[in-house]
Amino acid sequence: MKHLLSAQDLSRPDALTLLDSALEFSAVADRQVPKLPTLRGVTMVNLFFEDSTRTRLSFEAAATRLSADVMTFQVHGSSVSKGESLKDTAQTVEAMGADIIVVRHFTEGAAAELAHSGWVRARIINAGDGMGQHPTQALLDAATLRSHHYEQPRGKDLAGLHIVIVGDIAHSRVARSNVALLSTLGANITLVAPADFLPPEIGTWPVTVMTNLDDAIGLGPDAIMMLRVQKERMDSSRLLGLEEYIRDFRLTSERANALPDNSIVLHPGPLNREVEIASEVADSTRSVILDQVRNGVSVRMAALYEVWGDHS
Amino acid sequence: MSVRPALSAPDIERSLRRISHEIVEGTPETSSLVLLGIPTRGAFLAHRLAAMVSDITGESVAVGSLDVTLYRDDLARTGHRSPAPTELPSGGIDAAVVVLVDDVLFSGRTIRAALDALTALGRPRAVKLAVLVDRGHRELPIRADHVGKNLPSAPGERVSVHLEEVDGVDEVVVEL
Repeated sequence: MKHLLSAQDLSRPDALTLLDSALEFSAVADRQVPKLPTLRGVTMVNLFFEDSTRTRLSFEAAATRLSADVMTFQVHGSSVSKGESLKDTAQTVEAMGADIIVVRHFTEGAAAELAHSGWVRARIINAGDGMGQHPTQALLDAATLRSHHYEQPRGKDLAGLHIVIVGDIAHSRVARSNVALLSTLGANITLVAPADFLPPEIGTWPVTVMTNLDDAIGLGPDAIMMLRVQKERMDSSRLLGLEEYIRDFRLTSERANALPDNSIVLHPGPLNREVEIASEVADSTRSVILDQVRNGVSVRMAALYEVWGDHS
Repeated sequence: MSVRPALSAPDIERSLRRISHEIVEGTPETSSLVLLGIPTRGAFLAHRLAAMVSDITGESVAVGSLDVTLYRDDLARTGHRSPAPTELPSGGIDAAVVVLVDDVLFSGRTIRAALDALTALGRPRAVKLAVLVDRGHRELPIRADHVGKNLPSAPGERVSVHLEEVDGVDEVVVEL
């Protein structure tokens, strides 16, 4: 795999290879010297056209643990308005020595364009493109689900697990990536959202759709993933206001208590406490949010290792 | 492709038996021994050797595996290999006499990588090397302390160790 662009591109064996490698990379964190020489001499550039402190830091941590050199190119609104194009920026960072470019862009398809246009020779990892994809997020969620379900996760998929994803599915690359990857790994997925938060093409997705959160919780899922509410999208044109959304779709303590005892709660972060998730639930023993953060570093190490090691 | 048998199952058994005696002779205090096999086949050999050392001393021996994939110097040339698990005994390796165990000693690059990997895991008192087959053609100043069989080979030949645990049969063959 020369580039990691979309969770949809990952076959079941590809996904398991990445997840199994991530397991070994996560063991490195516990060592006396939590660092590997594997990518010594390789330069990774974070090329971010959209703010994301967490994803950027997570890639930095992953690259640093693999001994890669890290540079960050944060393109702010002003540079974009100056007309700095994706092509020019990418060629600039490659000229500075980038071997792997981790790109986040507000336009869907930007990472794929960078990988296939011939503008640069660097390996490309998509760290989020508009409403498109965010494959390492899906991988870290899969890694978290797998580790919680199996004592020995190596080689295992998610067959038979029931995952509920709640929130603004239509605008969420986290949801899109997860639906693709988790279904490839055999999980059953239920999406819960008000009707106008569902994308028009939802009928073609391998999921069950529900509009009532309590009904979905009543099914006894193995895990529930709460998406971040983009408050700026909850505008007046919506059928449902923020208050009604919170009433019907927030994961409250009462709702969390109705889940089976061993069900876990995921959230991609950053949290809107008391919006999509009650603080008590976010801090409860069900919450695996910090495991997701830890797994994020490991799966990104696996992704960097994978794209750099492909010489096909 | 021609396949030439080099070691039979009884040969392998005898070689490992002898190595286990040498290990005990070199490190009589079994409690400070840690046998670390390099996956895949070295890890199985380490477990076999540990059982044999226990037979001799009557004490259990710490055994584990050490994956060196992420320490190799040829990732940029040979491409991707998935890392295998590293499993250390609960006591770790600090102040221990670590015996690295591998199936074939060839260029020495795997052992170079293993020595690097060890430094990230602790500080053994001493590190030794046991291999089932030494086929020569070293590219680094590395030698084994315990060798099951010296097997002179041509550089283009391939020496394959097959073990019951993974291959269903114990044998060493030379393929050309």
